[in-house]
Amino acid sequence: MIRNILRWTAQRRLTLTFLLLGMVLLLFIVVPLAKVIFSSSPSTLWDTLLDGEVRSAIWLSLYSALIATVVGLVLGVPLAYFLARHRFPGKRFIEALIDVPIVVPHIAAGIALLFVFGQNFFMGRAFHAVGIDFVYSVPGIIIAMLFVSVPFLIDSAKQGFEKVDERLEKVARTLGASPWQTFFRVSLPLAKRSIFGGSVMMWARGISEFGAVLVLASYPKIAPILVYDRLEEYGLDFALPVAALLVIICIVIFIVLRTIAYRGEKA
Amino acid sequence: MIEIKNLSVDLGDFLLEEVNLTVEKGEYFIILGPTGAGKTVLLESIAGLHPIKSGEIWLDGSEVSRLEPEKRGLGFVYQDYVLFPHLSVKDNLLFGLKRRKQPKEDRQRVMEWLAELLGITHLLERSPDTLSGGERQKVALARALSISPQVLLLDEPLSALDPQTREGVQQELKQIHQRLEQTIIHVTHDFEEAIALGDRIAVLGEGRILQIGTPDDIFHHPNSEFVARFAMTRNIFAGEVRDGGGGQAIFAIEGTEFEVVTELRGKVHASLRPEDILISKEPLVSSARNCLSGTISHIADRGATLYLTVSTPLDFVCLVTHRSFDEMVLEEGDQVYVTFKASAIHIF
Repeated sequence: MIRNILRWTAQRRLTLTFLLLGMVLLLFIVVPLAKVIFSSSPSTLWDTLLDGEVRSAIWLSLYSALIATVVGLVLGVPLAYFLARHRFPGKRFIEALIDVPIVVPHIAAGIALLFVFGQNFFMGRAFHAVGIDFVYSVPGIIIAMLFVSVPFLIDSAKQGFEKVDERLEKVARTLGASPWQTFFRVSLPLAKRSIFGGSVMMWARGISEFGAVLVLASYPKIAPILVYDRLEEYGLDFALPVAALLVIICIVIFIVLRTIAYRGEKA
Repeated sequence: MIEIKNLSVDLGDFLLEEVNLTVEKGEYFIILGPTGAGKTVLLESIAGLHPIKSGEIWLDGSEVSRLEPEKRGLGFVYQDYVLFPHLSVKDNLLFGLKRRKQPKEDRQRVMEWLAELLGITHLLERSPDTLSGGERQKVALARALSISPQVLLLDEPLSALDPQTREGVQQELKQIHQRLEQTIIHVTHDFEEAIALGDRIAVLGEGRILQIGTPDDIFHHPNSEFVARFAMTRNIFAGEVRDGGGGQAIFAIEGTEFEVVTELRGKVHASLRPEDILISKEPLVSSARNCLSGTISHIADRGATLYLTVSTPLDFVCLVTHRSFDEMVLEEGDQVYVTFKASAIHIF
């Protein structure tokens, strides 16, 4: 019996070692999240949800990130398709450029955006002229989120388009489809899973953004900034339920969307 | 009718140069060439899928050289089918029909007619990824035919299929060609396929057309080393198969007869690889072999090997190594025996 167990273990030494190492990391992710969620009683969480300031902050986070994602879709999907279908000198550079927002500290990204969209630069003034201000405003929150999260969407969409056999598009053309019809009836439907997956990532990344938004538009308060404010002003006990609520909402939405995105696909 | 005049296409890493060819209405035209000869590029250029560098393409008297692919009305079928994976078989067939301003009932009728023509009616609701290779290729054919193409362009349509399925789809192609009087340009690297289907054959090598002619022209009068070498890989005979009694099949051509293994009867082609033929000075006796006597009419030295043409009087091209050639001390005009297994002959 014991010998069997020993032999079984010996045969799977690599698998077991890797599993063990992986478990350490999984616990590292799960424990803090669970701790935040379960540190507040359900009644406290319910009271927090009834707090008008909390509700509006969470709502603001959700829909600002959603608008940022829609803007990302409209401007980013065409770029992704272009990059997937064309070879040109400097393409690598542009692809690297798209990923730069992921690597720069987000507080620096916020400062950069403030420079350009603040009133000291012509772009900021131009938008101001048509009634759009980015400092201390919802549009500011949106562009901060857009800046830091759009790479996720572009990268995912580009990979999606690259996986679409170009000859499917060629066949569509010979069957009488214009380039536009070919894009909307062949390329886009076939890449939609990647685009949707990228959108979910972008949206989630937008909701979780803190640094860039803090610099550009710390008011109106998005949820992470509200958590930070309460932590600073009233201490951990007051920040915790809001943080818990935010984590729960994000996890639930993320699970639902991922389930939709990967529906029908084998794990 | 399709006319290609001095067509050159430059894709950076590939160059198609000065291609000239004319395909008559209702003709089954084969473009034959090895891998990398530019067959797919030529076909895609005809369809308008590559910008051309110079030259002209004319379709029934009007120039289409710079016309978008969707306005040319040419059907295209790729080797590995390339069906729309997100659409059912039915919607694959309807894709081209929907691009035309036709009443819905008409589209439906054409779709059903095509499905019936290719025997895929029972597959209409299926998704392409549940189909076999042969089924997929029939769907791809039906889809290309849905636009009533002036010319049907086929890029290695049989190459991805297993031998049995290939025979079926090959028959299908023949029937489509005859029943619809469909003009077809079919690209392949397979000499047997070219001979079985083509009214005329163009041989393409390294981005150039090397020879255009009937299968007989290409096979018996190759105009260049390249074409000859391509043609020499097979002995090909057009003859008739009849019952030889005892389940045997006899292939007969111009007075010469030999045993073959096949279920087919009637007018067929037979092919035999030069390396499957044994040459000897004495007759080799064996029940499973055919042995014919003839004289050496030509010797072509290719370095390590030689190609001998033996007239029985039927011409057999045979491959021998330099060593056995030297050992046998052979010369043109010598009397020799050619021996080959019945199973080495491919009937098609």
